[in-house]
Amino acid sequence: MKRVVITGAGTINALGGDVPATLEAMREGRCGIGELDIRDVDRLAVRIGGQVREFEAENVFNRQQLTLYDRFTQFTLVAAAEAIAQCGLEFTGELAATAGVILGTAGGGVSTWDDNYRSVYEDGKNRVHPFVVPKLMNNAAASHVSMQYNLKGPSYTVSTACASSNHAMAQAFQMVRSGMSKAMVTGGSESMLCFGGVKAWEGLRVMSRDACRPFSANRNGMVQGEGAGVFVFEEYEHARARGAEILAEVIGYAMSSDAADIVMPSKQGAARAIAGALEDAQVSRSEVGYINAHGTGTAANDKTECAAVADVFGPYADTLMISSTKSMHGHLIGGTGAVELLACIMALRDGVIAPTIGYQEPDPECALDVVPNEARDADVKVALSNAFAFGGFNAVLALRRI
Amino acid sequence: MEIREKVIEIVAEQAVLEPSDVTMDSTLEELGIDSLGLVESIFAIEEAFDISVPFNANNPTESEFDISTVRTIVAGIEKLVRDQKP
Repeated sequence: MKRVVITGAGTINALGGDVPATLEAMREGRCGIGELDIRDVDRLAVRIGGQVREFEAENVFNRQQLTLYDRFTQFTLVAAAEAIAQCGLEFTGELAATAGVILGTAGGGVSTWDDNYRSVYEDGKNRVHPFVVPKLMNNAAASHVSMQYNLKGPSYTVSTACASSNHAMAQAFQMVRSGMSKAMVTGGSESMLCFGGVKAWEGLRVMSRDACRPFSANRNGMVQGEGAGVFVFEEYEHARARGAEILAEVIGYAMSSDAADIVMPSKQGAARAIAGALEDAQVSRSEVGYINAHGTGTAANDKTECAAVADVFGPYADTLMISSTKSMHGHLIGGTGAVELLACIMALRDGVIAPTIGYQEPDPECALDVVPNEARDADVKVALSNAFAFGGFNAVLALRRI
Repeated sequence: MEIREKVIEIVAEQAVLEPSDVTMDSTLEELGIDSLGLVESIFAIEEAFDISVPFNANNPTESEFDISTVRTIVAGIEKLVRDQKP
């Protein structure tokens, strides 16, 4: 088995247009959630979100590209450009032949669906632009990354709701670890902050109307975000031989399925994924210093997740830190694990633990060190990133400082 | 005349050229318009003239609509505009 390291990272999300800006916001405990600026917002009951602002697609892409790039693809390409520039790889020859891109998204081109349904249903038009299908398809983002960077190996899109990115990155990790590929581009993207996207979530009645306060006794639901996170996973010796800067090592993962309920999470399913990741990574419970929680801010997730962590870690649950950065960037649904992996990298590399902001009242059912409100300096060797999706699909990644 | 100018404008935009670079004898291939560009041009033409163009991208050469040159496209559209006038 090969060792796998991260040699490039890129993002765009409500906290910032790149990795340095995002990490700075996380260190400062800044909140990227605000009033939604979208069409027909007055017909929504939920009017807040972690929206990407100060991003003018017209300044980044040309007209021809824009006819093919839904917002989730635009975010992906912005994040991929940062990650691939940082890693310094040029994909040619044998490297290109085996390097691929595996990305997560839950909804794909949601705003393209939304705009065109509006056009044919509300405006009564009988003709839509010819690129509606290639623009909205869930694999559009991965395909454009593959075309832009000449990635000719295995590429596909994973769609497992809120665990999409973690499942995608687990797959990319597996490909590099097994020796199939020397390098894989991976992560995920989501852009559901349009009228139809928010309205659909509103229907579930799990959304907060004021803030995302994970683990806080007075939490009242989740807040949607948008954006992308993209990484380059590279075989360790390959990265070392070319003197690449290594951000962190990916050391293991596990996936599990609750096989129980379509929306309610299961403690056992979550615990099996967490324990499985430790086993796969061959690390002991005492070594884990930080967990980036799924931490959605819903009653169901937060207490289930804390109970799962307490079960797996036993006495060590009280010595580790667990925070939810969704309190700052919102829940990026299929892209969330990718942006949250940045908090794990920051913990390992910079020794800074991103806080859970908006924390106001302790909840006895979430009695862990949730790093309330302020970032903390800490020496962390191993970090986990949790993702637990609707449908009962769980994926946990394990990272180590290098 | 108006149809001709509009078609040239649409074709030029697809080809990322100035309208003055597009002649009536230009073929789409010469202008660098690929199959996706062609489908997008047809869409723009339908929108501009509020007509329906009988064009099947699976088999462009056998469609009733002749796309061999800008001239045949203009002629085809002139006929469609006449025939489909409400």
